[in-house]
Amino acid sequence: MRRGPPRAQPARLSLRRRLAWQFAALSALLVVALFFSVRFAAERASRASQDAVLGAAVISVGDGIRAQDMGLALDLPYATFSMLGAMGGERIFYSLSIGPRLVTGYQQLPQPSQRPGDLSPVFWSADYRGSRLRLAAITRRVLLENRIEEITVVLGQTRYGQAVIARDTARSAVWIGLAILALAGPLALWAARAVIRPVDRLAEAVTRRGPHDLRPFRHPAPRELLPLVGALNGLIARLRTALQLAETFIFEAAHRIRTPLSLVRTEAEMALAETSDPGTRQRLRRMIRAIGESSRSANQILDHAMVLYRSDQFDAAPVDFAALAGSVLRSVQPVAEMREITMHAEGLDLPRMVSGDGRMIEVALRNILDNALKYSPDEGEVWIRLEATEDRIARLSVCDRGRGLPPDQPDLTARFLRGSNAGDVVGSGLGLTIVAEVAAAHGGSFSLQPGSEKGACAILSLPLSQP
Amino acid sequence: MRNLVPAAVAALTLTLAQLMFAAPAQAFDIEERRLFGSGDREIAVLSTTDLAAIDMVLQDFVDGHPDIRIRYDQASSMQVFGAIHDEGAIYDLVMSSAMDLQMKLANDGFAAPVLPRTGNLPLWARWRDQLFGVALEPVVTLASRRGLGDLPVPRTRRDLIAMLREHPDLLGGRVATYDPVTSGVGYFLIAQDSQNFEGFWRLAEVMGRLNARLFCCSVEMIDELREGRITIAYNVVASYAARYTPEDPDLIRLAFEDYTFAIVRSAFVPSNAHNAADATTLLSYLLSGPAQRQIAANAGVALIPGTGPEPGPHLRPIRLDTGLLVYDDQLRRAGLMAEWNAALVQP
Repeated sequence: MRRGPPRAQPARLSLRRRLAWQFAALSALLVVALFFSVRFAAERASRASQDAVLGAAVISVGDGIRAQDMGLALDLPYATFSMLGAMGGERIFYSLSIGPRLVTGYQQLPQPSQRPGDLSPVFWSADYRGSRLRLAAITRRVLLENRIEEITVVLGQTRYGQAVIARDTARSAVWIGLAILALAGPLALWAARAVIRPVDRLAEAVTRRGPHDLRPFRHPAPRELLPLVGALNGLIARLRTALQLAETFIFEAAHRIRTPLSLVRTEAEMALAETSDPGTRQRLRRMIRAIGESSRSANQILDHAMVLYRSDQFDAAPVDFAALAGSVLRSVQPVAEMREITMHAEGLDLPRMVSGDGRMIEVALRNILDNALKYSPDEGEVWIRLEATEDRIARLSVCDRGRGLPPDQPDLTARFLRGSNAGDVVGSGLGLTIVAEVAAAHGGSFSLQPGSEKGACAILSLPLSQP
Repeated sequence: MRNLVPAAVAALTLTLAQLMFAAPAQAFDIEERRLFGSGDREIAVLSTTDLAAIDMVLQDFVDGHPDIRIRYDQASSMQVFGAIHDEGAIYDLVMSSAMDLQMKLANDGFAAPVLPRTGNLPLWARWRDQLFGVALEPVVTLASRRGLGDLPVPRTRRDLIAMLREHPDLLGGRVATYDPVTSGVGYFLIAQDSQNFEGFWRLAEVMGRLNARLFCCSVEMIDELREGRITIAYNVVASYAARYTPEDPDLIRLAFEDYTFAIVRSAFVPSNAHNAADATTLLSYLLSGPAQRQIAANAGVALIPGTGPEPGPHLRPIRLDTGLLVYDDQLRRAGLMAEWNAALVQP
């Protein structure tokens, strides 16, 4: 049974999740930053505009100061006070003083640390009667009892409204930020996926490749992935070289063994004909049989090397599957007759055109028939049947009445693998592997199935070429 | 010039009240004190509002809240202000028609923030969550039909000035108004009048020439009017007059067409209140539909739309906002009072 490639140990966090988390965390950070920066900006903006109003108000209070015969008169402007308090229901405090002496207004209202001008007010903040006040002050000079007196006008207001504006503005900024954050989740996932996608695509391309596809990757990849692709291609190149070396070696070895083997066989056959000693004859026969198996294995190894080579350099041409099957059938006929096995052929009289490599298909057919004959008992029967299915597949089934398939080994097409019930029948275990590889190279399939009563059916399916 | 009788009456009432309730010694004058209900928890109310104008509402409240009793102390607006601002008197609800003084108390931090159910109370009739308008009170002029005789009823302040000028024989010593020295509402109305009516100082002069009598309170003016001792009472808060006008055919209620002020009677829970929770409940009740319907029926105009008669075209309600703070300025007050005395007190 073939097992999947060993899986790599995953790191603690997937790249995608790591990216998504970083994106989301960054967005959350931005929302917090947004809240504070908007709050700060709103506070500054509303303070500036409210300072302007307060400044105008303190000037208009100053304008209401008049000197009269009886002393100082003050016309506090109703509208000014009304406007000052309008935004957010502010508390208002004021004082008019000459030096340290309070003329009118609130006692102990904080006084400016520096002497204010009479046109441009000074602003400061201070606590008074349990509230934080924003204060503005100007000075006015008035002629009182023949003396110039300097009157300091201080006007203060709470800034509840300003705080509310800043808070509300910052809050709406946070709502917007939260909405963005809510969008950022899916967005982060999407972005992470987009970043990871080329890697996935590369992995997919690697997975999609056939088992013998060792061409270098020409897949377009982002610059960041080019080192990975380069490394992969380097690995593939080394692998291909190693494989080629191994195959060439095997091919050479099989080729060099085959010729001396046939020589030895001829010599052994001659020796068998010449001797009459039963012990020696027996030994020679065993020798000849072993030599036969060896050369057969060498042939199969050569076949296999050939199939691998031709799959690599696949060159398709129209091939008549039926005619090819007929000719292979004829070529194994003598072996069948020797063991008195009857071959029943069906559907070989109609041409079934497939697109492929005739040599490879021939090798596959020979291996299937060899296998069927090998596992058939003497005087047995083999059925060969070729048919075209509805989904345009040429399906060749070769069924024998042999010992069938071991029940626990569903896939006997792996290299050098033989059924556990093969027993005394000699074989390399390479035959069916060759068939499966030929089928794969042609985009077809090969399978072994149990026969209807006993024995097994080898089924080779190749796609018919387009009419 | 000032009538001594009302002061004597007030003093007597106070003495009686102090004897009856054994109240702690205090520097401000309580004119009348009454208890409503007999519950365990007490709401102490300090108010300028005439008991007769509000006793039904308070009685309804204690009927609905049997575990609460109300101690209602009525005092003049200056006394109410002084009690809270200077003497640290402890009350749970303070109600007054002197808008400027109420505003100053709230602005200066004497009002606690509370959350009564305000219904449809207009925004201009409240300040933050501290000061709440509970009634709109038109300021009218009352006249005695008998006293006027054949004279036509004045429709504007100019008509009034002309009438006072032309009939010193008929009206001499028979004109009355608030005394701004003792009455906070009186001062506030003079300040408003002087700002809104360019002929106001002329009116004051004419009244001075007629030896106008000055009163601390609406009730006493109305009493004198009903007794036939005065003919015209200028600037009377309508809710006091409302008690008599329907049943007294002699009393004419003049809402001048040039303008008629409507002041907002407002209430707050002091920040040192002992029973702020129940006071807030009472405030909620005062702002509720049933109480507002009674109050509006008394005042003749609704504060909360839909609870009584809509304000007429000449009615000029005064907003409850920080602009009111200017009237309490010492310099401004001194200037205004100097002018008032110069106009009214003639050699």
